[in-house]
Amino acid sequence: MGTATAQSDDITETDIVIVGAGPVGLFAVFELGLLDLKCRLIDILDRPGGQCTELYPEKPIYDIPAWPEISGQGLTDRLMEQIAPFDPQFQFNTMVTALERLEDGSFLVSTDDGTKVSAKVVVVAAGGGSFQPKRPPIAGIEAFEGKSVFYSVRRMEDFRDHDIVIVGGGDSALDWTLALAPVARSLSLVHRRDAFRGAPDSVNKMRALVDAGQIDLHIGQVAHLSGTDGQLDRISIKDKGGDLVDVACTRMLPFFGLTMKLGPIAEWGINLNENLISVDTEKFQTSEPGIFAIGDINTYPGKLKLILSGFHEAALMAHAAKKHIAPDERIVFQYTTSSTSLQKKLGV
Amino acid sequence: MAKITYITHDGTQHAVDAPNGSTVMENAIKNAVPGIEAECGGACACATCHVYVDEAWTQKTGEPEAMEEDMLDFAYEVQPNSRLSCQIKVTDELDGLVVRVPERQA
Repeated sequence: MGTATAQSDDITETDIVIVGAGPVGLFAVFELGLLDLKCRLIDILDRPGGQCTELYPEKPIYDIPAWPEISGQGLTDRLMEQIAPFDPQFQFNTMVTALERLEDGSFLVSTDDGTKVSAKVVVVAAGGGSFQPKRPPIAGIEAFEGKSVFYSVRRMEDFRDHDIVIVGGGDSALDWTLALAPVARSLSLVHRRDAFRGAPDSVNKMRALVDAGQIDLHIGQVAHLSGTDGQLDRISIKDKGGDLVDVACTRMLPFFGLTMKLGPIAEWGINLNENLISVDTEKFQTSEPGIFAIGDINTYPGKLKLILSGFHEAALMAHAAKKHIAPDERIVFQYTTSSTSLQKKLGV
Repeated sequence: MAKITYITHDGTQHAVDAPNGSTVMENAIKNAVPGIEAECGGACACATCHVYVDEAWTQKTGEPEAMEEDMLDFAYEVQPNSRLSCQIKVTDELDGLVVRVPERQA
């Protein structure tokens, strides 16, 4: 973490930046909102909910107090409803890359889309880390990444007139097969089995392209990559019978789902303990004053990785964050049931 | 109760007494069998508890259901006897089960 002065006028201002829009990050908006603090949540995913909506949207959770059974999506929807009165700002599809402390003690948060946000307090609620594309288990693939192996398509033009190989059986693999087929010199879709997880309509369209001879479908697993200086020229596919088939390939797009990685948080100068952020249990503050960590990403003696523990941490953190921002202001502890001023904030 | 033997990639055998109703993954985690990560905690939402069921036992453990088969797409070196261990429930029938842990989880 460096020290700098805010200069550019392309900086969005807020009271609190919350890194991660999972259930704990969302509930922090509520607790901070009751104390009149405005939040901006930044998340690498394209929607709120974190692991709840990314990993198990339909699966029931049984240990949320007063909800004998609720799905990951249901919990997220209700949290969004609960925090709506506080008008949180969301910045999705964005990864926080750097954190700088400014001269006045506030923070400048940089993201991978080039935007900057200034905030008085940063709350890391990043769960298991940021979701990033999973690297397929193919020997030597690292050498080709960013040059001829890509995990997303930024510009379709970069794929024009290439021999494209797409690997995977879900919607990403199918959608990009359909989108890139018209611009490719050749396109091969490789999947482990002849059944696809993607939308049936996309599967039908893909099979029609195969039948028309416009693309190739290979059932098997990528076994070997060949090329020089990061540029692929062909790959070998091991089919079900164990035979190797060579396919021309100058651009490969593997879609093997997402995995969680700590990512740039490791470079923010805060104390870590085995990839988790060490905090105290009074304020849930990190080794850096003004940076807090709540939910699965933090660690302290007795820590339990439960959503309900994260909710508790959010409440205590919010009061500590308020004191950090306004040390001389007296915080009157109030209940939403009886406080007219809190009810006004909630719009009830 | 069933005895389950996990054979890790280096050939080490880990024999474990597993209670009925628990999963093969849970018993691996509880007994610190190396090589089984179970990142999602048993929700069939990742593919990091992948095992190879010994050929002699594949009939008794049965076939993966559609959701598990979908998740296996994300696993490393999937073979016909590949299963996600969080989806294999322990019964008396499985006493003596042998599973092999792959070289790496995805």
